[in-house]
Amino acid sequence: MIRFTHVTKQYPKGGPALDDVTFHVNRGEFAFLTGPSGAGKSTILRLIYLDERPTNGEVRVAGQSSVILAASQVPVLRRRLGIVFQDFGLLEDRTAEQNVAFALEVIGTPSRQIGPKVARVLTQVGLAGKSTALPNELSGGEQQRVAIARALVNDPLVLLADEPTGNLDDRATRGIFQLLRDINATGTAVLMATHDLDLVKSMPYRTLELNRGKLVYDSGAAAPDDSFAVAPPTEVAS
Amino acid sequence: MSLAWREALRAFRRAPMLSALSITTIAFSLFAFGLFGLVALNLRAALAQVEERVEVRGFVAEGTAPEATSAAVGDVAAFPEVQSVRLVTEVQALERARRELNEFDDVYEAGILPASIEVRLREGFRDPVHVRIIARRLEAYDFIDDIRYGEEWVEKLYRLRNVGSAVAISLGLTFALVAVIIIGSTIRMAVLARSREIHIMRLVGATNGFIRAPFLIEGFLKGLAGGVLALVLTWITYQFVGQYVAQATYFESGLAVLGVVGGALIGIIGSAISVGRHLRRV
Repeated sequence: MIRFTHVTKQYPKGGPALDDVTFHVNRGEFAFLTGPSGAGKSTILRLIYLDERPTNGEVRVAGQSSVILAASQVPVLRRRLGIVFQDFGLLEDRTAEQNVAFALEVIGTPSRQIGPKVARVLTQVGLAGKSTALPNELSGGEQQRVAIARALVNDPLVLLADEPTGNLDDRATRGIFQLLRDINATGTAVLMATHDLDLVKSMPYRTLELNRGKLVYDSGAAAPDDSFAVAPPTEVAS
Repeated sequence: MSLAWREALRAFRRAPMLSALSITTIAFSLFAFGLFGLVALNLRAALAQVEERVEVRGFVAEGTAPEATSAAVGDVAAFPEVQSVRLVTEVQALERARRELNEFDDVYEAGILPASIEVRLREGFRDPVHVRIIARRLEAYDFIDDIRYGEEWVEKLYRLRNVGSAVAISLGLTFALVAVIIIGSTIRMAVLARSREIHIMRLVGATNGFIRAPFLIEGFLKGLAGGVLALVLTWITYQFVGQYVAQATYFESGLAVLGVVGGALIGIIGSAISVGRHLRRV
């Protein structure tokens, strides 16, 4: 469903952000994208939602190629993706349900469908009772749940999460991660960028490790090397 | 109400001070332009009044048959440049001189002033070239003794009008440009204040057209409000000047509406440019 083929991304200033990266993520898969800061994790996510185009190579997402997809068609592609950030990206002057509804309104969803869809996803993320709360009335974990609800409300093929637990304490981190697993269990692929190696090692999921723009390890394609072994599957407390 | 209108109105509610600042900035930019317009309008009206007095006067030789002068008046009136022709007899010339210069009343005697043919030109023909052409045609009649048309005065007036027009156009363009730049910057501030919202809209798959719509509406409303405010300010200034300085002319209603529509248009264009630049950059 997501396929990177010899992708290089070079910015005018500085070295390559990505260097000849090739991998694919299947439908319904859960994969971690790891590596130190500046390794290229966020660049990969931006290339997937076509905020940027590769300098060389091809990114294919849901059958659409970065090489030929017209700029006018990018919004259509994004409606099939859910995107979550470390800083939540909520509109501060809108309630939780208004933030979620916003994602439906801007793509022209008929108003009679918006209420039920918003209620469904807020229930799914465990915030049914806080639908009228403003972001500053919610904890960090709850704000991230609103952001995830907004990403989910259009039933995306894949959820892209860029350090979604980076601003959260351990308890909230575990809760958000469990939520992402639950979402994945319903058939939505999840690609999660994180530098939380403890979390990655404790999970049975596929890991793509980047370093200085190069894909140095892919547990789905080769046996793990010694420096970055995947731990046996363990459950995360919810 | 559509989402675009709701979002535009939400921007006013959410940042009332910024919106008020934008409207005031737009209003004062347009007010400066409007004041300049008023000055230009009144100068033009004053100049037009002076121009109306441009006149070619041919003095008729003594003893000329009245039929000859009447025929000449008919001929001259048919020239396309001519607005009106008037024959002033010796008696009428004397009466006028006594009326206009009554302190010399006792020195005038019958027959001291000659009869004359006075020609006024249509608008657009009151320049030195046309005035000279008419003067020559009038001079061609053998009973015309002398021609007066204040050659130097017409030249000066014409030069003044040309310089005035050039200054008006360049100042007007400068004022308009400054207004557009200020309004554009004001709207750009509003766009930057909502960059987070734009970012989220893009991520969830809103098209650029959809993202632009609320900003264009916002720009339109601000431009419209700024235009109306500027109109009110120029009206107050006009009333003040009329009461304490001098009688002046105000914009005709069509021109006033055009000014307000212009404000709204500048608002829309400024928004379109600012959002367009922002969308290309992010």
